[in-house]
Amino acid sequence: MNPTILITIISLSLLALIASVILYFVAQKFKVYEDPRIDEIQEILPAANCGGCGYAGCRNFAEALVKADTFDGLNCPVGGAEVMGLAAQILGKEALAVDPLVAVLLCNGTPEYRPRTSKYDGAVDCRISHSLYIGETDCSYGCLGYGDCVRACEFDAMYMDTTTELPVIIDDKCVACGACVKACPRNILELRKKAKKDRKIYVACSNCDKGGPARRACKVACIACGKCVKVCAFDAITIENNLAYIDANKCTFCRKCVTECPTNSIIELHFPPGKPKVEVQNETVNG
Amino acid sequence: MLKTFPIGGIHPPENKLTANIAIEYLPVPESVTIPVSQHIGAPATVIINKGDYVRTGQILATSKGFVSANIHSSVSGRVNKIDTVIDTTGYKQVAVFIDVEGDEWMETIDRSNEIVTDIILSPEEITKRCLESGIVGLGGATFPSHVKLTVPDGKKCNILIINGVECEPFLTSDHRLMLEKGEEVLIGVSILMKALRVDIAKIGIENNKPDAIEHLTKLATAFKGITVHSLKVKYPQGAEKQLIKALINREVPSGHLPLDVGAVVHNVGTAYAVYEAVQKNKPLFERVVTITGKSLASPGNYFVRTGTPISKLIEAAGGIPDDTGKIVNGGPMMGKAVNNIDVPVVKGTSGIILFPRNESERSEVHPCIRCAKCTSACALNLEPYLLMTLSEKGLFERAEQERITDCMECGACSYICPAGRPLLDYIRLGKSSVIKMVRERNMK
Amino acid sequence: MSNLLNISPSPHAHGEVTTKKLMYGVILALLPALFTSVFYFGIGALIVTATSIVSCMLFEYLIQRFILKKPLSINDGSALVTGLLLAFNLPSNIPIYIIIIGSLVAIGVAKMTFGGLGNNPFNPALVGRVFMLISFPVQMTSWPVPAGFKTGYADAITGATPLAIIKEGIKNGESLSQLMDKIPTTFQMFLGKMGGSMGEVAAIALLIGFAYLLFKKIITWHIPVSILGTIAIFTTILRVFNPESNADPMFHLLAGGVLLGAIFMATDYVTSPMNPKAMIIYGCGIGILTVIIRVYGAYPEGVSFAILIMNAFVPLMNAYIKPKRFGEEVKNG
Repeated sequence: MNPTILITIISLSLLALIASVILYFVAQKFKVYEDPRIDEIQEILPAANCGGCGYAGCRNFAEALVKADTFDGLNCPVGGAEVMGLAAQILGKEALAVDPLVAVLLCNGTPEYRPRTSKYDGAVDCRISHSLYIGETDCSYGCLGYGDCVRACEFDAMYMDTTTELPVIIDDKCVACGACVKACPRNILELRKKAKKDRKIYVACSNCDKGGPARRACKVACIACGKCVKVCAFDAITIENNLAYIDANKCTFCRKCVTECPTNSIIELHFPPGKPKVEVQNETVNG
Repeated sequence: MLKTFPIGGIHPPENKLTANIAIEYLPVPESVTIPVSQHIGAPATVIINKGDYVRTGQILATSKGFVSANIHSSVSGRVNKIDTVIDTTGYKQVAVFIDVEGDEWMETIDRSNEIVTDIILSPEEITKRCLESGIVGLGGATFPSHVKLTVPDGKKCNILIINGVECEPFLTSDHRLMLEKGEEVLIGVSILMKALRVDIAKIGIENNKPDAIEHLTKLATAFKGITVHSLKVKYPQGAEKQLIKALINREVPSGHLPLDVGAVVHNVGTAYAVYEAVQKNKPLFERVVTITGKSLASPGNYFVRTGTPISKLIEAAGGIPDDTGKIVNGGPMMGKAVNNIDVPVVKGTSGIILFPRNESERSEVHPCIRCAKCTSACALNLEPYLLMTLSEKGLFERAEQERITDCMECGACSYICPAGRPLLDYIRLGKSSVIKMVRERNMK
Repeated sequence: MSNLLNISPSPHAHGEVTTKKLMYGVILALLPALFTSVFYFGIGALIVTATSIVSCMLFEYLIQRFILKKPLSINDGSALVTGLLLAFNLPSNIPIYIIIIGSLVAIGVAKMTFGGLGNNPFNPALVGRVFMLISFPVQMTSWPVPAGFKTGYADAITGATPLAIIKEGIKNGESLSQLMDKIPTTFQMFLGKMGGSMGEVAAIALLIGFAYLLFKKIITWHIPVSILGTIAIFTTILRVFNPESNADPMFHLLAGGVLLGAIFMATDYVTSPMNPKAMIIYGCGIGILTVIIRVYGAYPEGVSFAILIMNAFVPLMNAYIKPKRFGEEVKNG
């Protein structure tokens, strides 16, 4: 063999050997001890790094899980019960049952119900418009429709409907990470308990004006008449600041408030059509 | 060589349609809505009740704290209610609704036309009178004037600067005031000089008002220490910092006030209001407003009582033209668009502009071509393209380093951008976010 | 909808200047140079220019429509300007297929891959030119010499450019005084009677374009003046030290692509710095690099490389060389 080649091979191999020995000792000396379980947990987490758990990324959440005594207050909304169960197995702790949540828009102010009274021409950004104007309608609480929430969603679970000019949440994809809730400058998005068949009943309004101005601005506004409160047998509805709110934990989906509401402000989704209003002699009627 | 500020600036078309139209008195309307917050600072506290009879010039609400101002009635009549009214932003503000009955003024106000030249009040009394009369900066910022006249310990004022620049296109209220009430303005300036204990006052006027410059220069010969200076027409010459730089070549440090370079700046309208308050005991409830627009039948300048809905001004100008696309309260560069003509005129209303539809729409937004025209237009030497990107992406810490809070929101960058980018919209968002961030950081 | 009042944040007025107007202003400023090169090089100049423009615009259209599926922006004129400037870097007898390849690289690689207008770090026309120079060195270095209006496209008589004459001559050991007879006089160079690419000739036409750009406020003086100034100073120093192997500053300023580069290529909005201080440093850098490449480097012409190298530094300059803010705090307060 050509001596040059031989010398090259030997010298480079020697260099590699020396370097690896040095690296080995340095790696040992500067090693940071980390609980190996953190890596294990991180493996099973969804790696979306969305912040829905309240921590800065999945690794941070994994650390928190390992350090915590109980899983109280710790939940990965993206992974859900499955992931939390696995984590509980690995750490030998108890997985708490957490209700799955889904994002809901508390506004139904489409152009049909909530007439446009001016035309906004500035930057298409809800934060900017909200800080300068009440919006293109007479309701200063309702959805502006410029899509900050849609842009904030990292799970492709939202899109802007061009006819209703309101954001639409795709229930199947929503992981309730809370990004859209934070992004909305008017705070009209909410994470509500997810029911089976994706059923929802909520007051689709955030207007805190008195009944008169609210109704003038939007046909389906909540005018705080109180009829829903009276008809609810489960104390699920409260009225505060001229606005009704349905507590999802108490609501049993009896749908009486939906029929009672004079402005159709309360929305029911994914229910079969209501029974026709027939007088039934032997049924007791509440309130 | 005309004086000017060295960095930045743009030259929008002047459109001073009403420069030669004399000021008229707008008739008192049937009812007024007087907001209790027409100034920077805490809203005033209402001291009258529903059903009370009030007279023109009577105090309706007292200032709350030091940085606040009194609110006076601009009409005589009965208080209908104290309720909320939609103001320029579209959000609601508390206001006093008065149904007008006649025009009975408070007896303490001197209504004669005689010009009172002798200034008998002491400096402290002058400042007190300004506070009592609800005087605020009439250039548009509406900063309570008595606060500006109170020099805190450790600071010294050695020159008074009077802003007669009116750099915004379309507006001519200051121009007409200088022409028609020149002597009163100068007496007002002398009063301010006495209150601040300075011997020098410089009045800056842009070169597109040669008649006002000539008139005031002639009148100023009778006044000690007051000189009139012609300035090059460039927007935003009327900005405080730019005016100080142009007139006396001092640069107000970032984050500081003009007082830190020994200067105090007041608008000519404020000087006139100070004259009326100190010499005639008349509180601030009336000001000159320009109503203008290319499609208006008879644009003009009017003395308007605060609380008058702007619909009355539009009526006096010949009614709202059919092709109106936008109504702006203020000048085209920094004013606010309104969609409701019942918005009341307040102390800060310098003009109402009606734009035809073809001038009301913004152009399409294109990507940034990095031409750096925004940087060369910025009078504070900021980099608007960068501030917009940082604000859009939420990088507020970097935005703070790039001095986004220095921005005075003059709009020159958005004006000049060839790609039609909404620079100022995002910079405003960035500013408020940075201010919030800094406040939270300081609280820790 | 149409009779609702508009509400938008201030300002409520906008200047007349638009991207399109700026681009077309640049094109107008390049027209004198175009006329001069057609005058000197004949129909070939027109064919090359037309091919370059059409292929640049076509590639931009195709990429935006079919690959990126984004809204079209060929109307804003930037592809046209790139095509025109690319053509000005080429000899007037270059084969068509090379122009097309160069346009594809200029628009496709240098502009579109980075995100389209406003996002490219390197000057697209120069990237195209350098690519063509390295890939087709023979065709890209046989420069026609002006010989009256030629009606045939490939009828150009080729010869060496003044810079090449000097470079080769000095390498062969000839002294400058001997070479001076072979190169055109300063006056001839000013009028453009020399070999070179289409845009390198006619200093006077380029200077007219420069005046127009300044008048219309399309560019500012900082970059061109700092480039030309630096070249002038640097070559003067070299000339003083060694008059026998260095040409005089006027020659360096008029020969080669300095004027074209300084006025039209280095001032490209997207790839140049954003504030005057940084612009002057950028210009000085280009000037120094140009002279170094010309005098000590292997190529006779260095402007394209100098500009591309400085383009790489522009983001750094934008981040660290900031304009002095109004009222910047003085340490003593």
